[in-house]
Amino acid sequence: MVKFIGLRLLQGAIVLLAIYAVTFFLVAMTPGSPFSSERAIRPEILAQIEAFYGYDKPALERFWLSLVNMLQGEFGPSAVYANRSVTDIIGEAFPVSLQLGGMALVIALLLGIPAGIIAAVKRNTWLDYLPMSLAMAGICLPSFVMGPMLALLFGIILRLLPVAGWFGPEYWILPAGTLGLVYAAYFARLTRGGMLEMLNQDWVRTARAKGVPERQIIFKHCLKGGLIPAITFLGPALAGIISGSFVVETIFQVPGLGQWFVRGALNRDDFLILGLTLLFAALIVVMNLLVDIAQVALNPRLKHG
Amino acid sequence: MMISNATRIVRLALSTMFCSLLLACGGPTEADQAAQDGILLVGNGSEPKGLDPHLVTGVPESSLLRALMEGLVAPDADDDLAPAPGVAESWESNDDFTVWTFNLRDTQWTNGDPVLASDFVYSWQRILSPALGAEYAEMLYVIRNADDFHQGRTENFSQVGVRAIDDRTLEVTLEGPTPHFLGMLMHTSFLPVNPRAVEEHGGMTDRQSGWSTRENYVGNGPFQLKEWVTNQVIEVERNPAYWDAATVQLNGIRFYPIDNVGTEEAMFRDGRLHLTNTVSPDKIPSFQSEMPDRLRIEPYLGSYFYRINTTRPPFDDVRVRRALALAIDKQLLVDRVTQGGQTPATGFTPSGIDGYPASDAVQFDVAEAQRLLAEAGYPGGQGFPNAEILINTNEGHRKIAQALQAMWQSTLGINVGIYNQEWKVYLDSQSNLDYDISRAGWIGDYVHPTSFLDIFTSGNGNNDTGWANPQYDALIGRARVAQSEDERMDLLQQAEAILLEEMPIVPIYWYTRVYLKDPRVQGWEPKLLDNHPYKHVSLRVD
Repeated sequence: MVKFIGLRLLQGAIVLLAIYAVTFFLVAMTPGSPFSSERAIRPEILAQIEAFYGYDKPALERFWLSLVNMLQGEFGPSAVYANRSVTDIIGEAFPVSLQLGGMALVIALLLGIPAGIIAAVKRNTWLDYLPMSLAMAGICLPSFVMGPMLALLFGIILRLLPVAGWFGPEYWILPAGTLGLVYAAYFARLTRGGMLEMLNQDWVRTARAKGVPERQIIFKHCLKGGLIPAITFLGPALAGIISGSFVVETIFQVPGLGQWFVRGALNRDDFLILGLTLLFAALIVVMNLLVDIAQVALNPRLKHG
Repeated sequence: MMISNATRIVRLALSTMFCSLLLACGGPTEADQAAQDGILLVGNGSEPKGLDPHLVTGVPESSLLRALMEGLVAPDADDDLAPAPGVAESWESNDDFTVWTFNLRDTQWTNGDPVLASDFVYSWQRILSPALGAEYAEMLYVIRNADDFHQGRTENFSQVGVRAIDDRTLEVTLEGPTPHFLGMLMHTSFLPVNPRAVEEHGGMTDRQSGWSTRENYVGNGPFQLKEWVTNQVIEVERNPAYWDAATVQLNGIRFYPIDNVGTEEAMFRDGRLHLTNTVSPDKIPSFQSEMPDRLRIEPYLGSYFYRINTTRPPFDDVRVRRALALAIDKQLLVDRVTQGGQTPATGFTPSGIDGYPASDAVQFDVAEAQRLLAEAGYPGGQGFPNAEILINTNEGHRKIAQALQAMWQSTLGINVGIYNQEWKVYLDSQSNLDYDISRAGWIGDYVHPTSFLDIFTSGNGNNDTGWANPQYDALIGRARVAQSEDERMDLLQQAEAILLEEMPIVPIYWYTRVYLKDPRVQGWEPKLLDNHPYKHVSLRVD
């Protein structure tokens, strides 16, 4: 197991380095610069600004410098937002994204997994059809439709919850709910599928024949295996929830990372793009590793070296 | 085991939810409460890129700076054309408006330093220092020898026409007669900064100087920085040391950086804003019927136009350019497409500038447009080469482009395509003349036609059309040194007539500002540059 984890960590480091290099050169090749402005800047002044941020050096040299800085944990300044380093921005926004994502994930798991289990156990009854239709709707309805609908209902019509901002617990409900519902739908469908596969196994029939109580069959014998698809999805889901919440963050004015990611790209704020890309890449690598470990723990068939 | 845990979590979540629901229910809205407390809630566009007046360029930033800083003169409460006293309590100029003397009042910075004439000298040296790389430094080229210093031809700032005669007297010598200098002084690039704060946090030419962060900010305006939570809110509170603190009626202002227009509208409807930054153009008709007392449509000193690349055939032919301009039914466009009460632009410089009646040279004239196109060799559009309209990615710009595309197709028989580029790419394409026709907009920096007409002089960095006309340049040059304002306006009108005859641009409409305003907000009068002085704003308590 230790060897497995060590190997995966090494792989992860190589993946991150590759992602960093590819991102750096893609960004360097993209037309437009952080300093292009609607109002023309004199070329000699532009040169001063570029020199200040090190843009006057050749791309290869910049890559090397930024790599060295990055390995020392310094992502560089934002080229667009005054007095802010990329580390500051991540330090401020990442906890918010983590909190929003964490709550959304809890909502997704609490709604999705029980719904999936019930649907599988009560297959082809209304307890299956209703949650699965809702889940299908949840998967199909994008968050930019779901978000404003929830805001309209709970914010403007019922006047129960604030429609935007991130100032206290009552502000967390709508964004976390919007983000959570979409993923709840995925988890419900995956859990249902996994549970059905387990419930159809021969040994389940044998267990039933031997008179093992249904409750015990479901929770003791089938749940562990039935959850494997959902757990496989957990890693990408968590990374996606944290990084992909841009739409929800915009709709509900949540000061998380997603907004910075898009803004960084639109502003050509190179250091910010690099820092955030690396952060998300690292997040995905770590999550996938954790999922692999969990899978090995849950599924004896996967135990290797 | 798992179930009982899950049940506990569900219970906890439900009870938390229920409690917060109870907390949120009922009672006055945030806007009601804020009105009681004298706090103005403003939607302010996007997260400011900074609060250093010499480095920022955007509208959200200048809106904040109007609360935090004060220049020599300040915007008047309701008259766009008459500057009100700011740090200067009085001023005079010589007869030809080339030398201005400002008498400064006894006032101080939020760190206790007095605001001195030498602070302005320091500040203007700072923005003009090449090493700072300030994007708006060229605004100060009106001052004698400022360009020499900025472009590195001299390193001796004492040659630049600004000096402190004593602590309270500032003398400014200009390049030429400039009666509208006071109007220019209201621009953020002329604002002072506190020298001690700047020196303590990195020095005069440090772009990443830390003086303008929340912890270190030093201002001299009617309000001072209280809180700055990234992407959430910037709160300012009344500055007790401000010289005119007795006039200030608000206790504070909360600026919310809201990028998303839908979110902003929801917040206004939910009673969380007194003023929005903007309104989705699609929603204007529904606001007009639903809340006409809240919807505000006011003239704004800006021009929406298309640039034409005059270096590319067939657009190097003035007849083709004129045909394109005359074939547009701008009234139809503003009535049906933009719907924001805009004025169809019959010239480039918008109407509303005192002493400068807007040109009416560009009218809707299909017959003339068809005649010109035929004369250029494309009767009924036959043989007209493929051409494309470049827009920056935005639904509003696309709709306008589609309308123009249809109008040119039906009246001139020519087919043009539309393609969009993301903002930064679009800017590069435009300045590299890598386009046929390009969507553009220009907002005045001060209320004077030179703020518009200067950009089309030969080689100006914002010309971006490849058009150059020596006669036009000469008229603009003569206007700069004209002895009287009447003569200057006359010369500028002649110049604009040439621009509209040669048509390197197609004027489309003059801007309006469309936003939602809570009726309790008082002292918020229409302003051509949208520079509302917050010190005169108050909230009526019902």
